[in-house]
Amino acid sequence: MSTPLVRHETLQGWGRTSPSESTVYEPDSEFQVPAILEAWESDGGAQRRGSIARGLGRSYGDAAQNAGGAVVSSAALSRILELDRAAATVRVEPGVSIEALLKFLVPRGFFPTVIPGTGIVSVGGGIGADIHGKFRHGSFCDFVDSATLVTPALGPMRISAETNADVFWATAGGMGLTGVVTEATLRLHRIATSQMRVDTTRCRDIDDCMTAMMDDSRGERYSVAWIDCLANGANLGRSILETAVHATVGDLPAERARDPLAYGAGLSVSAPPWMPNGLLNSWTVKAFNELWFRKSPKRPHRTTVSIPTFFHPLDMVKGWPSIYGRHGFVQYQFVVPYGHEHVVRIILERLSAAKCASFLAVLKRFETSNAGLLSFPMPGWTLALDVPAMHPGLNKILDAFDDLVLEADGRVYLAKDARVAPQRFAAMYPHLERWREVRARLDPNCALQSDLSRRLGL
Amino acid sequence: MRDALGDVQSVLVLGGRSEIALATVHLLAGQRLQRAVLAVRNPKAASEEADRIRAAGVSVDVVKFDAADTESHAAFVAAMFTDRDIDLVLVAFGIVGDQAQADHDAQHALEIVHTNFQGAVSVLIPIADAMSRQGHGTIAVLSSVAAVRPRRANFVYSSSKAGLDAFTNGLADMYAGTGVHVMAVRPGFVATRMTTGMKPAPFATTTDVVARAIVDGIRARSTVVYAPAILRFVMPALQIVPRFVWRKMRA
Repeated sequence: MSTPLVRHETLQGWGRTSPSESTVYEPDSEFQVPAILEAWESDGGAQRRGSIARGLGRSYGDAAQNAGGAVVSSAALSRILELDRAAATVRVEPGVSIEALLKFLVPRGFFPTVIPGTGIVSVGGGIGADIHGKFRHGSFCDFVDSATLVTPALGPMRISAETNADVFWATAGGMGLTGVVTEATLRLHRIATSQMRVDTTRCRDIDDCMTAMMDDSRGERYSVAWIDCLANGANLGRSILETAVHATVGDLPAERARDPLAYGAGLSVSAPPWMPNGLLNSWTVKAFNELWFRKSPKRPHRTTVSIPTFFHPLDMVKGWPSIYGRHGFVQYQFVVPYGHEHVVRIILERLSAAKCASFLAVLKRFETSNAGLLSFPMPGWTLALDVPAMHPGLNKILDAFDDLVLEADGRVYLAKDARVAPQRFAAMYPHLERWREVRARLDPNCALQSDLSRRLGL
Repeated sequence: MRDALGDVQSVLVLGGRSEIALATVHLLAGQRLQRAVLAVRNPKAASEEADRIRAAGVSVDVVKFDAADTESHAAFVAAMFTDRDIDLVLVAFGIVGDQAQADHDAQHALEIVHTNFQGAVSVLIPIADAMSRQGHGTIAVLSSVAAVRPRRANFVYSSSKAGLDAFTNGLADMYAGTGVHVMAVRPGFVATRMTTGMKPAPFATTTDVVARAIVDGIRARSTVVYAPAILRFVMPALQIVPRFVWRKMRA
């Protein structure tokens, strides 16, 4: 058996806030994974630092890094193994990106049922964070048919909602702390075209926006609202609501209808590698948000756009976090159950009052939750917003938001989190103890650790 | 583990009775701090300080550490980093000494330099190594504005801090771009036990101001912080004051 590539690397999350050093392994075969876990579990040093899997590094915080320990990169485990057209499933290695998956599946008339707001997310990461997207009837792991999980104590295991269900649901959203996924089978959605039929509506405030989002009469499959969170007063929560369905062949203009599943990669530009911190302030953000709001027409309108244009608009600017400068940013994403709409409103009000230079905040909603013990989605509203990490007093502001969310029985999203207090986190995830029990069985010696697990005492 | 906004969960203070360090620990206790270790020459003398931190809900250990006993440092550091992570090490020990005595007494001058400079170098190297193995952490070293332009009135102390400051900056360069963050803290005149009886210099400040500067510096991953902040501009100006004027200033 060959040995995997090894290097020493300073890693950080997408928010670029908490760099730490790890030994990064790049196995090109699933059979190399157990040896890595074992080596770092019984590392002779006084401190056992353990291992954690890392995909494409799009967790905003410290979920996919492991200070002083090992990181198992899925970069060289990125093959698409098998498409079962009859069953509408695809079997892949964990390092396959959503982007690569779309490139492969869309021309063949298939679509991963749940895709996130960026194509640069790996399937392994999607399982670890039980990611969600503009689809509100389930999250990523609801459509994972089965997977192979390499666990420290019990070795490789087949897991699914039927087989080893407890392990499966501890792994869904388990932030990689139950094992390393080495292969997964995803259930797919059949599509007729590679285009999205998108309805865009301007909403004058947050109530208007939520009312429009609750209106199911358009029968849309996907929905998202982009909120200008610097608007205040009567404009508080003014937003652009986009709802979409997969276009039918009949929706397409004649020249596209000839090859309805044609799928081209989107255009992309890079953000400058260096930007002064001062460039991003409440004035520039306000101007940007104004522009974003004005670019959409006053009256509701309907367009047909490509999949990446609808799902992944930010992927067009590679490395966009660099606009936040060297201090980085945090993304705060929470969910509160229906009936607690006021929490969304209060948080928008406070952000606006604190002049937090947040780019467009994103509001979505969920209809369901799943059995994932640490899964984020629950029926309700989820708001995500970016805030520069150096905003004065930010942790106190966000701690107060956490308390509001907690009071409403909501929670924050671990894939985005980089700062929640351990006690608040524990209160937000009522199944934490059950998750810990399953984990203790799979990994009694804490061979799986990450900066996030250390920070939250997982 | 330090979080994205620079809040730390554990701190080791070398010179655990330093008023600046204690003010910093109290500030951190209001954030995410869970555990503090006060390393002091005489553990019995620090029980009051420890209790005050405990009252803020932080678990506190007091351990013996002698900055001047460089032989003991390697084992001390190994013990400190054995079982749990240390997010922040605050190097806060130091002595001012008696300049009038040091003017002619080489032994006394060496005592100041040994504790402030050699003692710090001796403990900082194993600390930086341990933090590098740990993969993350901040080392904040209490330097002084005296390191920037030494004064006649305390030039032995100043020179020890100048050495420490230069060493700290070099260490910061060595670990730049890694998970280890090294920061030199240059306070101006601070009213403390250490400066009792001295004439306050211009821009005199308080322990709370220095503590705030340290906490902000950890968050911003600064390499050098001044307290009060205005000294960032004052000190470079003082550095280029011609020697004959500087002597007349009787600084």
